[in-house]
Amino acid sequence: MSKTGAEILVECLKKHNVDLIFGYPGGVLLHIYDRLFDSDILHVLPRHEQGGIHAADGYARSTGKVGVCFGTSGPGATNLVTGIATAYLDSVPLVVFTGQVSTNLIGGDAFQEADIVGITRPIVKHSYLVKDVEDLAPTIAEAFHLAKTGRPGPVLVDLPKDVIAAKSKNLCSTDIKLVGYNPTYEGHPMQIKKMLKMLENAKAPVVLIGGGVKWSNAHEELKKFVETLNLPVVSSLMGIGAFPNPHKNWVGWAGMHGNYASNKTLTEADFILAIGTRFSDRTTGRLDAYAPKAKKAQIDIDPTSIDKNVKVDIPIVGDCKTVLNQILNYIKDFNWDKCKNDREDWLKKIEYWNNERPFSYKFSDKIIKPQFVVEKIYEVTNGDAIITTEVGQNQMWAAQFYKFKDPRQFITSGGLGTMGYGFPAAIGAKLGNPNKEVFDIAGDGSFLMNMQELCTAVQYRVGVKVAILNNKFLGMIRQWQHLFYNKRYSYSCLECQPDFVKLADAYGCVGFQVVNPSDVEPVLRESLKIKDKPVLFDFLVDREENVYPMVPAGAALNEMIYGEK
Amino acid sequence: MRHIISVLVENKFGVLARIAGLFSGRGYNIESLSVNATENEDISIMTIVTRGDDHIIEQIIKQLRKLVNTIKVRDVTQVDHIERELALLKVHATQRTRPDILSIIETFRGKVVDITKESLVVEITGDQNKLNAIINVLEPYGIIEIIKSGTIAIARGNKSTTDFTKQDIKSQEE
Repeated sequence: MSKTGAEILVECLKKHNVDLIFGYPGGVLLHIYDRLFDSDILHVLPRHEQGGIHAADGYARSTGKVGVCFGTSGPGATNLVTGIATAYLDSVPLVVFTGQVSTNLIGGDAFQEADIVGITRPIVKHSYLVKDVEDLAPTIAEAFHLAKTGRPGPVLVDLPKDVIAAKSKNLCSTDIKLVGYNPTYEGHPMQIKKMLKMLENAKAPVVLIGGGVKWSNAHEELKKFVETLNLPVVSSLMGIGAFPNPHKNWVGWAGMHGNYASNKTLTEADFILAIGTRFSDRTTGRLDAYAPKAKKAQIDIDPTSIDKNVKVDIPIVGDCKTVLNQILNYIKDFNWDKCKNDREDWLKKIEYWNNERPFSYKFSDKIIKPQFVVEKIYEVTNGDAIITTEVGQNQMWAAQFYKFKDPRQFITSGGLGTMGYGFPAAIGAKLGNPNKEVFDIAGDGSFLMNMQELCTAVQYRVGVKVAILNNKFLGMIRQWQHLFYNKRYSYSCLECQPDFVKLADAYGCVGFQVVNPSDVEPVLRESLKIKDKPVLFDFLVDREENVYPMVPAGAALNEMIYGEK
Repeated sequence: MRHIISVLVENKFGVLARIAGLFSGRGYNIESLSVNATENEDISIMTIVTRGDDHIIEQIIKQLRKLVNTIKVRDVTQVDHIERELALLKVHATQRTRPDILSIIETFRGKVVDITKESLVVEITGDQNKLNAIINVLEPYGIIEIIKSGTIAIARGNKSTTDFTKQDIKSQEE
């Protein structure tokens, strides 16, 4: 029996357990949309393709499943580009389907034609232009396989209109022929033992974790390993949640706005075991002064992440979960009493640093401090909410003042730093986790970048909460201008903005403006009763509050600057 | 340091662009690049000449391996190998200068492949040094045009870069 490409596509999606698609139709996608009309796959129509792909991304990060989105040829496809890059930088498994003009028109500058495979080449894990309907089913199987195995990432499949209309007998298959693709899951036993030998002799060791721990579902193995050997854990921004906070072994997260104790711990450590983290510049600060006393071992499934920025002594290529299980098997062969006393002193030292300078701010009962809002969100949600963020100060305060205990709880664009990410991502996260509270901790600048998705949230009754920490500035830009450009606030002021309460009302959501610190908690509690529509909070916060501590760009981790205590 | 890297790739849509894009996107340089089909029509081999310190070369090799269509990457300069380049040189040659030029060509074991009243075309193969040497010697007579292929290289010994491929494919298919 032969079927059209569109039929094959929709059946393949079901076969790959896709139950949710974010897509925006267009001329060349009509065959597919005609099939989707009868399908029981939930299709969510965003109001902009960028919103659609960020929602698919938020869905993927919050569930661990592959996110799927559609965009039409030309502008539909180019509107996806920022979302693809966002997913690529943070290793998010997405399969992105784009429409393409018919194969006989390709290259002729046809209406709504764009070489999307070419445009996205540096920001995808892999991409396909399907030129023959016979290749469609195997291509879809490969795309899903590539997106979720190894180091996950976005895979783009470009579908010309005539290919989708043509018929084939080559229906869904799971037959994958990827000659050159074979990611390494198991770590080399010799390397692992060498690492454990080094750890055995370490007097001041630390485990540094990143987003890879989440993607590999290694959090339980990590916890067991860390508790067994009583090791301190520091995380990158992307690793937040992969180890529970609070926990006696949790130190905090390192980097530009990380806590004092974490940055200090990395600087003073004599051994770092990095797991699923790529030593990004925001995490390391100036490289020549990074962890100068430490020997380093690094576990990562992507060999290019090893030795890229920071030279390590023991590279271990492998999947975090698999390697941690191997480690747990070898632990008993080593003598962990050797440096026990030194390590206890080390942990006490770290505890002292943590008490010396925890994340803090100066409370006011006159004006709302943005950090206070985050703290109250943490309180009213009992620390159970999924938190998405935009990018900038809001993102840093969310990371500093919400305590995350679950690996899929903190959803943020760390690598690309995409403003406008958090709100659509929250919609995706809520659709994937209908029983959880989902808060987007937002800035006024970022929210305006994708606020059209309020319409989507209302249409699909997505009860997300958007907490705008409104300082009428591009806060982080203003902060840098304050600290490094003599307070010359060049084009970072957003004094002209909509009335957010009226805006919410216009879209059919609920809006609250909060001016007094004493109203923050009651309003938040009140909002939790609203389940079937989005809630928009306009928190008018202290306009010139800065994020501290801060490692200025180009400085070393121990060259932090602090606000007034 | 100059490195010659052999890359076996699946002969698929856009693979050359992926590799060229990897070099430009990450700021690596390509001195020369040559692409050829192998005896297996589904597989091509690229020979890339690049420069960089050890750290950069290591990243280049890892990044090449990471591409889904890449089957195998080998730094040929790490092993005993033979490298060749082909050059076609169009040289100004009159009746008066022709005998001298011909004797130079003979010395370098080049071949004359075209001749006109005022010029001739030489075909010459060798490593970069040899090609540079003949170009230097012919320069005074007036070189009208130089066309060079990129460098290609092969390891000495019994093993073949493509042999590995066949095994790899076999084990995948099994």
